[in-house]
Amino acid sequence: MTLWWAIVATCAACYALKLAGLSAPRRILDHPGVQRFATLVPVALLAALIAVQTFGHGQALHLDWPRTAGMGAAVLALLLRAPFLVVLAVAAVVTAALRHLLS
Amino acid sequence: METTTRSSATRNGLGVGIAVGLSGVAFGAAAVTAGLSVAQACVLSLFAFTGASQFALVGVVAGGGNLVAGTAGAMLLGARNSLYGLRMAGVLDIRGWRRPLTAQGVIDETTAVALAQPDEESSRTAFLVTFVSLYLTWNATTLLGALGTSWVADPAVFGLDAVGPATFLAILWPRLTGSGPETRALRLIAGGGAAIALASTPFTPPGVPVLLASMAVLAVILRRPK
Repeated sequence: MTLWWAIVATCAACYALKLAGLSAPRRILDHPGVQRFATLVPVALLAALIAVQTFGHGQALHLDWPRTAGMGAAVLALLLRAPFLVVLAVAAVVTAALRHLLS
Repeated sequence: METTTRSSATRNGLGVGIAVGLSGVAFGAAAVTAGLSVAQACVLSLFAFTGASQFALVGVVAGGGNLVAGTAGAMLLGARNSLYGLRMAGVLDIRGWRRPLTAQGVIDETTAVALAQPDEESSRTAFLVTFVSLYLTWNATTLLGALGTSWVADPAVFGLDAVGPATFLAILWPRLTGSGPETRALRLIAGGGAAIALASTPFTPPGVPVLLASMAVLAVILRRPK
């Protein structure tokens, strides 16, 4: 398998997966169980993404202090009811500052 | 009132789209470092357009791994977009020729920002604004990163690696801070999802832990019918 084929297959598969969910038949979408699952599933996936992107490094768990502190600062900003974009900025600035200081 | 929520949807969409889109620099740089050509990096960002899958494929190429396994890993990661699609189908309610175009935009960030809005009208606005701004930024910065691998600074220096998880946290937050049984169920799902993902990270290929996290939903649904 050459690299180009892997790239074309990845592009086609990723697009088909997006289209499949969006085009599921009405009959399936209207089923109460499916609706409940679809409403709740983003909560589980988002929580998983937060955990994996904060503490994961490939297949290893890894405590990146600056990034963890950045996420802690984001939690603090959220507790102080900071606006959305301020939360993102706080996380990036704290992470970058600590990384700069620790390196 | 309505204008306020719509303009706040636009502002949040632009913020996430541009901030997360900037990490396309990291993807472009990683891709070329791994041995992809500039064109190959750009094709992935244009047509796969789902960051985690793109990084997964490039990571396998960088490690000299099996390309079939790399493609399969990218597909596993992309499978969560199908779950988002199920959720977004009702909100977006798009038919005909616009559906294939809209489908390309069904990813973590667009779904998250759309679902954080108070009503469906602002959800649709948020989806569209996030999609367009993220698509343009992600592809432009992929090209920049790919072209300038040698001189582009590591995005980690600017703390951009914290923007992704912080975005998801800020979006999830309001759904977890309330009271009542529904909020308790959501907290259980979020905690369970995070725990499942972390616990399975060392034992499964990248992408699988996030999918396994959806088991937390099944556990809560089966425990509390309706």
